[in-house]
Amino acid sequence: MDSLAEYANAGVTVKWPYPIRYGEEKEVTGDVLVLGGGIAGCWAAISAAKKGANVVLVERAATIASGSGGPGCDHWSLAITGNPACPLTAEEVSEAIIDSLEGHYNGISTYLTARESYDTLLELEKMGAKIRDTEDEFKGAAFRDEETKLLYAYDYTNKFTVRVWGNTFKPALYKECKRLGVSIQDRVMATGLLTEGGNEGNRVIGAMGVNVRTGEFMVFKAKATVMCTARSTRVWYSPTEETGLYYLSPPTAGGSTMAWRAGAEFTMMEKTHQAGTMIVGPCHGAAHPGNTWFPATMVDAKGKEIPYVDRDNNVLKTVGERNRPSPGQKFMLPDHYRTDEYDFIPPGTMTIEEMVEKGEYTLPLFADLTRMPEEERRVIFGLMVGQESKSRSTYKYYTEAGFDPEKDMLQGFQFIAPYAYGITGVGRRSPTYASALGSRNVRTAYGGGLVVDWDLRTSLDGLYAAGWSIFSGGAHPEAACTGKYAGRHAAEFATGISQGDVDRKQVENEMRRIYGSTKRNEGIDWKELNHGINKVMQVYCGEPKGDELMKLGLDLLEDLKWETDTRSFSTDPHKLSRMIETMEILTTAEMILHASMARKASSKYLGFKRWDYPTMDPEEWRKFITIKQEAGQVKLGELPLRYWGDLAENYEAHCLL
Amino acid sequence: MNTKRDEEVYVFPNAPTPTRPVIFDPDHCNGCNKCVSVCIMDILLPNPEKGKPPLVVFPDECWYDACCELHCPESNAIRLNYPLMWKVPWKRKETGDYHWVGEKNPLPPNPKPPV
Repeated sequence: MDSLAEYANAGVTVKWPYPIRYGEEKEVTGDVLVLGGGIAGCWAAISAAKKGANVVLVERAATIASGSGGPGCDHWSLAITGNPACPLTAEEVSEAIIDSLEGHYNGISTYLTARESYDTLLELEKMGAKIRDTEDEFKGAAFRDEETKLLYAYDYTNKFTVRVWGNTFKPALYKECKRLGVSIQDRVMATGLLTEGGNEGNRVIGAMGVNVRTGEFMVFKAKATVMCTARSTRVWYSPTEETGLYYLSPPTAGGSTMAWRAGAEFTMMEKTHQAGTMIVGPCHGAAHPGNTWFPATMVDAKGKEIPYVDRDNNVLKTVGERNRPSPGQKFMLPDHYRTDEYDFIPPGTMTIEEMVEKGEYTLPLFADLTRMPEEERRVIFGLMVGQESKSRSTYKYYTEAGFDPEKDMLQGFQFIAPYAYGITGVGRRSPTYASALGSRNVRTAYGGGLVVDWDLRTSLDGLYAAGWSIFSGGAHPEAACTGKYAGRHAAEFATGISQGDVDRKQVENEMRRIYGSTKRNEGIDWKELNHGINKVMQVYCGEPKGDELMKLGLDLLEDLKWETDTRSFSTDPHKLSRMIETMEILTTAEMILHASMARKASSKYLGFKRWDYPTMDPEEWRKFITIKQEAGQVKLGELPLRYWGDLAENYEAHCLL
Repeated sequence: MNTKRDEEVYVFPNAPTPTRPVIFDPDHCNGCNKCVSVCIMDILLPNPEKGKPPLVVFPDECWYDACCELHCPESNAIRLNYPLMWKVPWKRKETGDYHWVGEKNPLPPNPKPPV
């Protein structure tokens, strides 16, 4: 018997195998405290430890495997400065990315990644990760640099994205953390920040958390803290039955709401949106349709090819052209940065949907690797699918089930979705590999998060941020580079300051907040609470949005808080941890509603539509709206777009290298 | 077929679904619980019987990242069990037939995987 259901069917009950320690306290002290042990967190811990800091790393799951990038990674982007194969500068690529969203983006994290991404990849190799085609599996391929044996992706002319063996990354980072003596606290979920005097807005002096197996209460004292928690998921949808199907990140995250409670400033939370269809999968069954599969040849049911076009709608005749900039275009824009995400369609082009309606194509559509050059075929269904996050097992199980990329065409799961299987760039798109798939229904995919300055410091003293916790936080290399950068700053800050005094009242209040549901054996479980939040968000914070609806949404969330306070129950520490994270999702939902109500205009760059203020991006609303909590009230503020100033100048003044 | 006609029938709540995201092979699993320690979603518990495969206690929370499989010291001890809603078909060009993982009459494995 290996499932609980079988035990139950056999009339056997299973005792919780770990000791229950609700309310028992354990204190751990370090110079630098890193919250979250994913890609950003591991890099933050490593870089702070290398600066001599005594580092404590708190991870809700198991650091060796956890995080969105834990299972793997298929491409490493923005490898620009220091990369001998890339003729571009960090400035020109960063500016192009920022310009493509007219400033509605994070210039700081983008630019520092462009500066440090290549060196970071080499550092990762030194830790034992595999980044080169050392077995010469792709010798002679157009995307291979024969001298360095690095494999490039997407833009073969400018070579700033590297195809990598990402399955090796997380174990290598874990080993490095161990080697450097980082104190790894696995299975501990951080729940709240400690602040000086216990007051919001004050210096952060550590954090509190709970062991997800024993329920033990943890107090972490630190001179500096780095938020490296994941984006929070399950805001609009949470059907656990289809969990594997939907989410690109592990659906565990409360995000960085603990920083909200501590009074930190957030921005772009209104970009955190439902954004269209909920059916984006199966990610697992196919890997990332937009970038893992780019530039797969797409055909319709009758075998008719759907051509790729360039930005001027000229049909690309060869496969090779898909990986080269258009005439007059210096380089292809990296993924995720394009306005394509907001259904920008170049004028005069027809969508795939329209073409299907006109009878030009017959459904279903397929990715047809059989028509591609041999190396391209193998590098997509082989290296890329085999190394990208969850799809590693896709490669194994499809191969076992007989899928042969030389003979078979993989069906697009969404029949006419522009994002299915590398179809971005097909028929209507410029030859970028823009894709919004990963961000369709998850919260902070390039959306809202903590405001940071050039030290990656948040608005609170002693609190730094990296990875998804930053507003507009990017993918794997950006998590790595911001983690590394924030870790340096946290270590530096920690050298000049002493530990703060923990306020007992703050600890007691946190205990009261998190253990409430353990006092009851019936009522509302975390799943019902999650579905309740989801329904509020679907109905009152869907699209388009309006003030009256959103205000009602906030009232209903307030009601859910009351229900939680009085009726929630958790019968073991695991369910308790899910309950706590669901309470964080509730807070995230409130933050989204507050930010959305504050922006009295629609914005194509934020994927933000209001029926009561339909004008897109009017001049007076071209700014970041910030929100923070002060004395229990939501306080609004604003920051100019491009508030980061001159990229190179500021980076050099602040990078600590 | 066991109709259970003569057995006593007990009532249980509906099981969370998918009920079985991973399958352990007791002949290959050595009960080391490495998978329990790496599972991102923490859905496994050590088996009360020492040396036996872990229990899947929160199957509905599985993220299908297969870290359990990646970190397993044994080969063939753990397999992902594809849920029904993951049947994404592919089409074999020469026959025009559709296939998918877990179909009734599966194709033989691809003998020469690309990498």
